[in-house]
Amino acid sequence: MKRVLVEKDSYYDSVFLMLINREVQQIEGVTDAVVSMGTDVNVTLLKETGLADSEIEGVTPNDLIVAVEGESEEVVEAAIAKAKELLDKKSSSEDEGENYKPSSLEGALKVSPDANLAIISLPGEFAPREVKKALNKGLHVMLFSDNVSVESEIELKNIAKEKGLLMMGPDCGTAIINGKPLCFANVVRPGDIGVVGASGTGLQEITCAIEKFGGGITQGIGTGGRDLKNAAIGGTMMLMGIEALKNDDATKVIVVVSKPPADEVAVKVIDALRKTGKPSVIHFIGMEPGEQEGNLYFAGNLEEASGMAVALSKGEKYEKRTYTIDRAEIDAIIERETKNMSAKQKYIRGLYTGGTLADEALIMFDREIGGIYSNNQSKEEFIPPDPNKSIKHTIVDLGDDVYTVGRPHPMIDPSTREDRIKIEAEDEEMAVMLLDIVLGYGSHPDPAGAILDSLKDAKKKAESRGGYLSIVTSITGTEGDFQSIHETKNKLESIGCVVMPSNYQASTLALEIMRKVEK
Amino acid sequence: MDVSNINKLFNQDLSAVNLGLESFAENLRNEGVKAVQVQWKPPAGGNKEIAELLDKLDTIRKKVDVDAANKKAAEIINNGKPTVIDISTAGKAIPGMRKNLVLHAGPPVEWERMSGPTRGAVIGGLVYEGLASSYEEAEKMAASGEIDFEPCHHHSTVGPMAGIVTYSMPVWVLENKAYGNKAYATLNEGLGKVLRYGAYGDEVLERLKWMESDLAPILKKALDLHGELDMKNIIAQILQMGDEGHNRNRAGTSIIIRELAPYLVQLDEPKEKIVKVFEFLNANDHFFLNLSMPSAKCIIDAAAGIEGSTIVTTMARNGTDFGIRMSCTGDQWFTAPAPKVEGLYLPGYTEDDAALDIGDSTITETVGIGGFAMAAAPAIVKFVGGTPKDALNVTTRMYEITETENKIFQIPALDFRGTPTGIDILKIIETGILPAVNTGIAHKTPGIGMVGAGLVKPPEKCFNDAFKAFVEKYS
Repeated sequence: MKRVLVEKDSYYDSVFLMLINREVQQIEGVTDAVVSMGTDVNVTLLKETGLADSEIEGVTPNDLIVAVEGESEEVVEAAIAKAKELLDKKSSSEDEGENYKPSSLEGALKVSPDANLAIISLPGEFAPREVKKALNKGLHVMLFSDNVSVESEIELKNIAKEKGLLMMGPDCGTAIINGKPLCFANVVRPGDIGVVGASGTGLQEITCAIEKFGGGITQGIGTGGRDLKNAAIGGTMMLMGIEALKNDDATKVIVVVSKPPADEVAVKVIDALRKTGKPSVIHFIGMEPGEQEGNLYFAGNLEEASGMAVALSKGEKYEKRTYTIDRAEIDAIIERETKNMSAKQKYIRGLYTGGTLADEALIMFDREIGGIYSNNQSKEEFIPPDPNKSIKHTIVDLGDDVYTVGRPHPMIDPSTREDRIKIEAEDEEMAVMLLDIVLGYGSHPDPAGAILDSLKDAKKKAESRGGYLSIVTSITGTEGDFQSIHETKNKLESIGCVVMPSNYQASTLALEIMRKVEK
Repeated sequence: MDVSNINKLFNQDLSAVNLGLESFAENLRNEGVKAVQVQWKPPAGGNKEIAELLDKLDTIRKKVDVDAANKKAAEIINNGKPTVIDISTAGKAIPGMRKNLVLHAGPPVEWERMSGPTRGAVIGGLVYEGLASSYEEAEKMAASGEIDFEPCHHHSTVGPMAGIVTYSMPVWVLENKAYGNKAYATLNEGLGKVLRYGAYGDEVLERLKWMESDLAPILKKALDLHGELDMKNIIAQILQMGDEGHNRNRAGTSIIIRELAPYLVQLDEPKEKIVKVFEFLNANDHFFLNLSMPSAKCIIDAAAGIEGSTIVTTMARNGTDFGIRMSCTGDQWFTAPAPKVEGLYLPGYTEDDAALDIGDSTITETVGIGGFAMAAAPAIVKFVGGTPKDALNVTTRMYEITETENKIFQIPALDFRGTPTGIDILKIIETGILPAVNTGIAHKTPGIGMVGAGLVKPPEKCFNDAFKAFVEKYS
C-alpha cells in the first residue's frame, strides 16, 4: 500500500524535513517513507526506490512530497496525517503572534534595518547568491551551508575582503560573535581571548576549554574548513580575522586553530600573528608544535591551545601536561577498564560526531599505533570501503557527508550514531569505544541520553560474551549550555562510561588502555 | 587590509537575519539577540531554467542600468497626477475607436476563445450599439469576423470584468497632468445583472441606454460646474477611509457623490432625473471603481516603454488568459491561462459556477492599490481570506516585490507608510512572491452576473516569460 502526496509551493528546510521523515518512518507498520522537497535528486531517488512515479511528474524544488508505503491503508493514512501534523506544527509556530515573516533578505532588511549579520544555511546551490546579496548590503555573513564550490568561496571572500566584512564559511558550523553563540556553539564566559578557527568542533572544544581553565573569550571567528587548506583561498578570512583581533582592544591573546594549512598560507598566517604583537597561540591539528618564538606559541592539541591561551591571558606560565587528573587515578581507571576484557578484544572504535575531534583522535592513534581505518584518513588504503563497517582499529567522523546523505548531522540527530553503536556492539573484537559528546546550541537537547540505552546494551553484550567494553568519552560544553553538562556527565558515568575532561585526554586515555590491551 | 567594519561589528549589538534552519534564529533570540527569520523559497518558485537565467543578471546590469531604469519608472508612477477632465463617449474620446470595434478586458483574445462573460457582454454590446437587432444575430455577427475585437489596454482604456466598450458608451476622460497622457473607462453600471458580468437582457440594455441618455450628460454638466477632479488626492483620501480602490469603493463613491452633489442640485434638469442619478450613485458601492481604474491606467501608462525597466505596467485578464506587460518590452504581452479565483461565494453559488479570472481591474494592483493596499481596507479582509493582521501582512509582503513606496497614497494602519509601488519582475523572480490580487468573481454563464469575490494567484508563467524576454533582450 503506497500513497504519494504533493503539496505545491510549500518550501520547507531540508533538515526540518529529515527530522519529520524519521518520525514518519518510525511509525509502526510503515515500511518506507520519504518526506522531501521535489529536487531532481529526490525525484530520482523516489522513482528508483519505486516509492513514487507518475505522481511526482513535474514537481519543482518548491513542492513538498510525502510518499509513504505501509502494511495497510490505515497505516499509510495515519502516517500521512502524522506528517501533515508535524509540518503544520512548523507553520503554526511560525504564525505565532501572526507577525510578518519576510520572504527575502531585502524584505528582512526592511523589517530590521539595523541587521548586521546574515546566517545562511540554505542548500549549497542556492546559498552563494544570498551571500552575495547580504555582502552587497553590507552584512557580515556566517555561511553554514556546505556543497559550495571553491570558485564560489573565492568569489564571495573577495567581495567580503573588498568590503571588509566577515564571510565565515562555507561549511562554518561555529562562531561566537560579541559573546553570542552562532549555529553550533557554546555559551562561553566573556574574557580577553580571541579565537579564529577553520574548524567547527575545534573552535567549540577550544572555547569550552578556555572557560574550564578560568579564561574567557572576546570573539570566536569561524573561517570555514578550506580557508587555510586551499592555497587559492589563501586564508583570506583567517587573515582578516587576525587583523580584526589585532585591532580589537578587548582581545589580549589570540588563538588560531586549523587543520594543516597549505605551506604558503601557513607562512602568511604566522607572519600576520607575529605582526599583531599580541601573544598568539597556534594549533595546526596533527602537526608537531614548533618552539615558542617571540609572541608566537605553538600548541600540540586543542586543549593545550586553550591552556596556553589562558596562562598567557593571566600572565602565568603554562605547565605542559597530559592529564589534568592525578596519575594514580588514571592508572586506577586503566586497571579497572582492562581487567575484565577478554583476549578477543583488540580494537579501538572511535565514533565521533565532531569532525575535528575525530581528527584529533585519529591522528594521535595513527601516529602511536598506526593503521587506523577512518573515513577521514589521508592514506587512501585505510579508508574503509564500506563506511558503515569498521575494520580493526577504526575511528569515524559520523558528521561526514558519507553518513549524512538524507539525514541530519549526528549532532542534531543522534540516531546515526546510535545505529552505529548497535552495529559495533555485535563485534567481539572491540575493546574500547571512544566518543565525543558535544553540547551547546545547535546540538541535540540530550546527546548523551539519546545514545545511553545503546551504550548500556553494548556493555551488556560484551559482558555476555565474557568480556568488558570500555567506553571513554569527553564532553565539549560549558556550564552555560542549555543541556546540563553535569547531568550529561552523570548519565554517562551511571552506566560506567569514563568521562574525561577533554577530547585530548579521552583519546590519550583510550590509547593507554589499548596499549595495555595489546600487551 | 581594512577590516574596520569587522571591528565596528564587535562594538555593536548583534542583529541577525537568518536564512535556513529556523532554530539558529530561535537560539539567538534565547540569547537576547534580535534575529529575523526569512521564509525563504527557491528563486523563481523552483523553476531551474529561470533560476539559471538569474545568474546572467550581473552581466546584464553592466550593459543596462536596470536599477536606474526602475527608479525612473517608479518616479514616474509616483509623480502621476490622474485627473478627471471630462465625460464623453467612447466614439468621440477614445483614440482609434470605430463603430465595428469592441474593446474587451485583458490581453488579446479572439471570439472562439472568449469566456462566457466576455461573449455575453459582446452580444449585449452589439445589440446596445444597434449593430445587431437580436441577441442571436449578435452572436452570429461576433463570430463572423465583421466585428473587430481589441483589448481596452491598446486604447488607453480599462474595463472591469468583461470590460466591453462600444462606440456609443459614455466614458470618463482622465488626463495625467504630470505627463499629458489620457485614460478612459466607461461609467460603472452597478451590481446584479450588468453587462460587465456578461449579462445582456433587456433590463441591462435599458440601463445602459439610460446611462447614455441621462446619467452621463447630467454628470458631465455637474462635472463642468465642479471643474476637474483631482483623482490622486481622492485616492489618497479613500485609502484613509477604508477603501483599497478595487474591491472596496464605498468611501470613493461617497466622495464622488459629495464632490458632485452641490453641482448636481444646481442643474436645470427635471427633479426626477436628478433624484434618479443620486439614487443610482447611492445604490452602487462600486461606482468609484470605474474611476480608480482609469486613474491607475493614467498613472502607469506614463511608465511604459522605459529601456531597461522591469516594472510591470499591465496586469489584465479576459476570463481566458491572464496577461502582463513590462516597461522595457512595451506592448508585448506575456500570457498564461487565467486562474481560478479562491474566494467566498454569494448565497446559492459555488466554485462550480465561477468563471476564470477576468477584468482589467488588476490595473489597481499594478499601481500599488487594490490588493496591494489590503492593509487599508480591514472591512473586506473576510472576503479575501482572513484577519486584519493578514491584510497587513499581504501589503507588507508586497513591499518585497516593489521598487518604492507611494508618496501620496498612504496606509494609516502601517503608520502612514506609502503603498507598495512599482512591481518589479526581477524581485518577483528572486523572491518567488507573486503580486497580491483581489477581485470579483463572475458567473461562467453569460447573463448571470457576480457570484462572489476573492483572491487570485497570478500565473507564474507570465512573470517567468517576461523575465526571459528581458534577459533575451539585454544579453
